[in-house]
Amino acid sequence: MTLTPSTPDTSGDVSGRPDQPRQGSGVSRRGFLGYVIGASTLVVAVDLGSMAPAFGAVPSPPQIAEGYDLEDAQTDAARPTAQLITITVNKDGTASFALPRMEVGQGITTSTAMIIAEELDLPVEKVHVTLAPARPELMLNQLTGGSNTTVSTYTPIRVAAAIAKGALLEAAAIELGSAVALLKSKNGVVTAPDGSSATYGDLAEKAASPTTRTVDVQLKGRDSFAVIGTSHNRVDARDIVTGQKKFAMDLQVPDAMPTMVCRAPTLNGTPKRLRNEAAVLAMPGVTDVALIATGIAVRARTFGQCIDAIRAMDVDWNPGTVEGESDDTILAKVRKAELPLAVPKVPVLAKTVEADFTFMFRSSAALEPYCAVADVRADHATVWAGLKVPIVAQMDIAQAVGLPKEKVTVNVVTGGGSFGHKLFPDHAVEAARASKAIGKPVRLMWHRADEPRQGRVHPMCTSRIRATYLAGQVLSFEQRHTSVATDFSHGFGEMITALGGRLPGGLGNQTYAEVIFNLTQELPYNFGAVTQVINETERRFNTGSMRNIYSPDVRVANELVIDQLARAMGKDPLAFRLAFLKDERVKAVLRKAAEVGDWGKTMAPGTSQGISLHKEYKGATACVVEIDCRPETVNRKVRDGVTGPRVTRATVAVDAGLVINPNGLKAQMMGGFSDGMALTLTSSVHLRDGHFLEASWDNYFYTRQWNVPHDFEAVIVDSGSDQPGGAGEAGVAASAAAVACAFARATGKVPTRFPINHDDPLAFEVKSFVPPVPASPTDGLSHTY
Amino acid sequence: MPKHTFILNGKSTTVDVDDDVRLLWVIRDIVGLTGPKYGCGINVCKACTSHLNGKAFNPCSVRVADISETDEVTTIEGLADTADGDLHPMQQAWLEYDVAQCGYCQPGQIMAAVATVRKARAEGHEVSDADLDEIRNVCRCGTYSRIREAIKAGAKDM
Repeated sequence: MTLTPSTPDTSGDVSGRPDQPRQGSGVSRRGFLGYVIGASTLVVAVDLGSMAPAFGAVPSPPQIAEGYDLEDAQTDAARPTAQLITITVNKDGTASFALPRMEVGQGITTSTAMIIAEELDLPVEKVHVTLAPARPELMLNQLTGGSNTTVSTYTPIRVAAAIAKGALLEAAAIELGSAVALLKSKNGVVTAPDGSSATYGDLAEKAASPTTRTVDVQLKGRDSFAVIGTSHNRVDARDIVTGQKKFAMDLQVPDAMPTMVCRAPTLNGTPKRLRNEAAVLAMPGVTDVALIATGIAVRARTFGQCIDAIRAMDVDWNPGTVEGESDDTILAKVRKAELPLAVPKVPVLAKTVEADFTFMFRSSAALEPYCAVADVRADHATVWAGLKVPIVAQMDIAQAVGLPKEKVTVNVVTGGGSFGHKLFPDHAVEAARASKAIGKPVRLMWHRADEPRQGRVHPMCTSRIRATYLAGQVLSFEQRHTSVATDFSHGFGEMITALGGRLPGGLGNQTYAEVIFNLTQELPYNFGAVTQVINETERRFNTGSMRNIYSPDVRVANELVIDQLARAMGKDPLAFRLAFLKDERVKAVLRKAAEVGDWGKTMAPGTSQGISLHKEYKGATACVVEIDCRPETVNRKVRDGVTGPRVTRATVAVDAGLVINPNGLKAQMMGGFSDGMALTLTSSVHLRDGHFLEASWDNYFYTRQWNVPHDFEAVIVDSGSDQPGGAGEAGVAASAAAVACAFARATGKVPTRFPINHDDPLAFEVKSFVPPVPASPTDGLSHTY
Repeated sequence: MPKHTFILNGKSTTVDVDDDVRLLWVIRDIVGLTGPKYGCGINVCKACTSHLNGKAFNPCSVRVADISETDEVTTIEGLADTADGDLHPMQQAWLEYDVAQCGYCQPGQIMAAVATVRKARAEGHEVSDADLDEIRNVCRCGTYSRIREAIKAGAKDM
């Protein structure tokens, strides 16, 4: 790998190269190779692996993530594999593309359609983007995570679209008796100088190639973009508002009847036997009952009858994985794993700021619970599910049902949210097991109660910081992050293994957690000797990379300490940050958030502003909030909900590099803010005596309308970059930290345990563990409005 | 099995199912309309919000036996037919403000929005931030701010 020119941004670091082909490919800087595939209509292809932006060797910055981050690792992981992605131009003038990623609400089907429309000169509406099924040949390049989709697919998709347009123009030149250079393409129509024209539909077959041939193309420059960078509404918006968008639970697969699972009363408990099988089988609607690895599966005419059957089951259970454990006992184990802070040599007169924060378990469940359709036969299996890593799902399903991988078809369905939850194929594997055990197709759904109690959680962790300062300078900043282990077995692990020694700075020898931590965490300040180290313990929980992985917790800890340093050194939080920040892009978003959010305005007692920032995903985010911690606000009553301090205004400024769809990026900042605020103020699960107490949305307090600011604004800062950055997770950490900083300033008390309401008396009555799911109420008619 | 008849999106609909089955599963699993979503089954997430005789209700918490043959159930699929034009003004506002992200909760949000505007008007005022604070529908993508903007805009055309 060679060091390559940096992007023309102002940071001067080694970041994405614009449009750089693989070294030695023999084409010019903006030129790329691809293929016209032998087919009856126009089909073009590029090698996804060779096309992703390359990132150079890493100089020795203080921190790894500054020069080479998780985005780079993800794109580099795919590089050596041969991975063709294809765009087809159809006879009706539309273009089709099966995206090897999963849409979960982040808007990638829309932005991908825009990217193709841009290079192909076709209206966005005529580009149909679907989700590719598991494609084992893509190897490591079919993982949706790390906000990496657009970073890694932007160039290859453009190249494919450009090749398609080139082939259409060549066909049009013959058809219209003109020359390619004289033709104009617009809105799916090619026009010759004499005014004659042909539509892409007319040309699709004529542009087809009988054999596969290699072609090279030039991409458009940023200054000629007409679609990229303009706001476009979601391509599935109409289907959504009319109730037509289909999720896994909505699929009509023949005979795939509703199926649910009765689960153990403690975390990861397993079934011994069902004592009353005959009685359960005799219940209305029930067709089948079967013992599977995770519990007792029941298949019925309706999900409601599955719920009734689960409630009637009398099951003997084996113990779970954390019997008898509670928040405090697990925290004690985390404490034991904490690595010492070792302050480097600083002058004796230096003063110290120390802090110690705890972050509780949180559920990453989406509103669509885990759901999968499975049809497992003797010789093959077909599964439909929301899956961000379908190749790993295919392997796991094959293993679970005893079939060779090639005999398992895994179809990817758009997800009703993910937030990291659907990185794992838990639902797909369970559905396959149930289908095999029952011998019939199933449409398996988790009950809501199953999600926080048995589903994936963000791990509990502590973050300790010691900083020293003297004479207006911060001399050292040390952070020791200690966490219940995060499960990366969905594929990051495999990816890191594959990268091995090619990772910078000897990362190949570290644990996955250390690698991910080091590739994502960067303290973007000039604070002298900076160390950030992670250690993990406890592998008995079902954890996962919840949206933004480590960053929200790490940055909340950082930014609270930074506010303390600013106060100790007599500086305003904004001025202090601007004085110590390294990177101009970060400073720019911070200034923008401060300006739009009216930083420094006079606030009433009990209310305050908070400011924070985060640098990740080839971009930067800053957030300014106003919070109201006055008793009349904090003590508001909402039935089955929590109130507490209210953020009354929030401003998020983001630089996400080259922006494909500004409207979509702003939407991600809004969602990221909702998540960040929940992490700081309201949402966690409580572990007591071997199980999590929360069982529904009246227990797990994700942000609700009574929590949101009436004034929210997202602002995009353009740094002129030619490379897109990540969006889906970019809003969370800065938001969580800004809310924490505002709360500390408003109350005069730095919170040390998150969310801040975790130790309050439980705001709900704990639902039963046996049966594991609550009965559906029958009083709905008395709650109409 | 008992027969139950009610009006679903303007059409008289008869199903053969036990009395206790909640209307959500009748609509989704038996009739096959999948616009109303499951998110909790206990009337807290509100993803299944639909209308019963013009008022918002949650079919996850209503037994099919408790609905009569003159009761009019409207799901998101039938909302557009209750107003002039191709879409209901609230659906149109949802498009204009590009509210949805994953889209899972949005059918319920739109049905709740229409009812919230009607309720405010029945109380003699236009929908306010205080009214919007009372909407209980969960959006795990966190689109709440755009939901608020869209409701205010959609209300103007209702």
